[in-house]
Amino acid sequence: MNPLLEARNLSVAYDHRMAVADLTLTLNAGEIMAIIGPNGAGKSTLLRALNGQIPKTSGVITLDGQPLERLNRRTISRHIAVVAQEAELRFPVTVLEFVLGGRFAWATHAGWGWETERDLEIANAVLQETELTELSARLMNELSGGERQRALMARALATEAPILLLDEPTANLDLSHQATLLTLVRKRCDEHQSAALVVTHDINLAAQFANNITLMKQGRAVHSGTPREVLRPELLQEVFEVRVLVDAHPITGGPRVTPLINHG
Amino acid sequence: MNRVTLRKTLISCALLGGALLLAIVSMSLLGSERLPARDSLCALASLGTSACGLTPDQFDILFQIRLPRILLAAAVGGSLATAGAGYQALLRNPLAEPYLLGISNGAAVGTMIALVFFGAIEWVRPLLAFSGALAATFAVYRLARGRAGATPERLILAGVIVTTFLSSVIVFVTTLMDATRIRSFTFWLLGDLSGTSKALLPVAITVTILGALVLTLHARSLNLLMLGERDAFDLGVEVGRVRVVVFLVASLLVGSSVAASGSVGYVGLVVPHLARLSLGSDNRISIPAAALGGALFVIVADTVARTIIAPRELPVGAITALIGAPLFIYLLKRV
Repeated sequence: MNPLLEARNLSVAYDHRMAVADLTLTLNAGEIMAIIGPNGAGKSTLLRALNGQIPKTSGVITLDGQPLERLNRRTISRHIAVVAQEAELRFPVTVLEFVLGGRFAWATHAGWGWETERDLEIANAVLQETELTELSARLMNELSGGERQRALMARALATEAPILLLDEPTANLDLSHQATLLTLVRKRCDEHQSAALVVTHDINLAAQFANNITLMKQGRAVHSGTPREVLRPELLQEVFEVRVLVDAHPITGGPRVTPLINHG
Repeated sequence: MNRVTLRKTLISCALLGGALLLAIVSMSLLGSERLPARDSLCALASLGTSACGLTPDQFDILFQIRLPRILLAAAVGGSLATAGAGYQALLRNPLAEPYLLGISNGAAVGTMIALVFFGAIEWVRPLLAFSGALAATFAVYRLARGRAGATPERLILAGVIVTTFLSSVIVFVTTLMDATRIRSFTFWLLGDLSGTSKALLPVAITVTILGALVLTLHARSLNLLMLGERDAFDLGVEVGRVRVVVFLVASLLVGSSVAASGSVGYVGLVVPHLARLSLGSDNRISIPAAALGGALFVIVADTVARTIIAPRELPVGAITALIGAPLFIYLLKRV
């Protein structure tokens, strides 16, 4: 079986420098892969290149075995959903309308047309999953930052795309919603044979939810493997240039990373 | 706000269409010359085939002066409101408006160049007005666009820069005209429907209907574009293509209306705002509603302009600005 998404020797030049350099990664059905690395390592650029938003300089990206550049925009959007930082909204849009935006790529006509009963069913289901049902008639700009982030997640789920690209999905969320959100992603991957690529700064959350972690530095994939293989003190020290303590999580037994600052 | 459905859209448009028809008929009875209501209605119902007891002078006032002017007002209002809705989605900002962004000025420069150099050939006017509008749109877009779309600050600054630059071009071109035309020109620049050109009326009406139709057919893409270009791209909108369509169509709408009537301001701000306020932000309903509502708005504004100090007249742009400027201030405080 083809991997859902694959990049081979991918390079992306951006702002006159190599933001992604000779990077290879494979995303299989059921898998959550976390991308971690210092600021400016090229993590977000990688996501945007995988989605076709930034042109690649060299290398190959295949979506379900097909080269990305051969697919049209709407086909790609039926396969890949993105959750990025929220954009500022200047128009009054209800939560339901916002989430229904996720059904755009499935419409029979690209510009005109109306949501079908099925579109509505899907929207209502994902609103339930993200605990937003009661807010569905509210305006997006009346919501709190965390609620808006969940609405973004709901819209991505509404696309029914098997690949989720998440860029700092938990940045605006409190502890309980961070876990809820990633549990949702986990559930999606387990039940729908979906896969997710998560760019995050939260290494411990990544350790808990990801099957695999790719460690990036200066556009390159320095190391890739299971959390246990990647989250080793010497590797992290080399990439993040800070001394870290890695011990076992008291409950899961997985690796737990604590940066050591001025503790000798 | 309930979700927008086809049914709701059709009902709203039918109601607005009915109101528009009512306005066209009733406003044609108003004016400095009183027309007998019954005979006029009878003549209008016959679509001008029967005089129904109107004197030849009255008949001419109705069909040669008032009706063309009202229809032009409808076309200009529909064009500007639709263009406003388009620019607002494109620039992701409810303050975007052809007049305030200097796009009307771009079209005015085009029209003036046509008047000075190709005065006799009427069809050159909308063509050059369209080119001027397109160039100004492009300039504003490049100047205003930041990382998060056009912020209100950037947008207004870009509008001020383009407007003032083009204003000096207008002053320069005006010096090339003979002195007798300058007064009517100042009126025209403020937006004036009194000089309704017979040749441009069908052009303006056709462009308005087609423009509103094309933008409505892109409404679902525009809904997503309004949320951000990146989001729209991620969700499957061919952002580049839709952007070009809006650029061209909105510039065409502004070009044809400015060529016919000068720069009527604030229509593109007031009308889409009211449409969104009453019907929601979904462009599938707010664009056709803005087109019909814009026609209605300018018909009423122009009737006020030509009757309030009758037999003298005000430029219609003075009336629309009187309503639009306070609303702009209110919107500025909110976005």
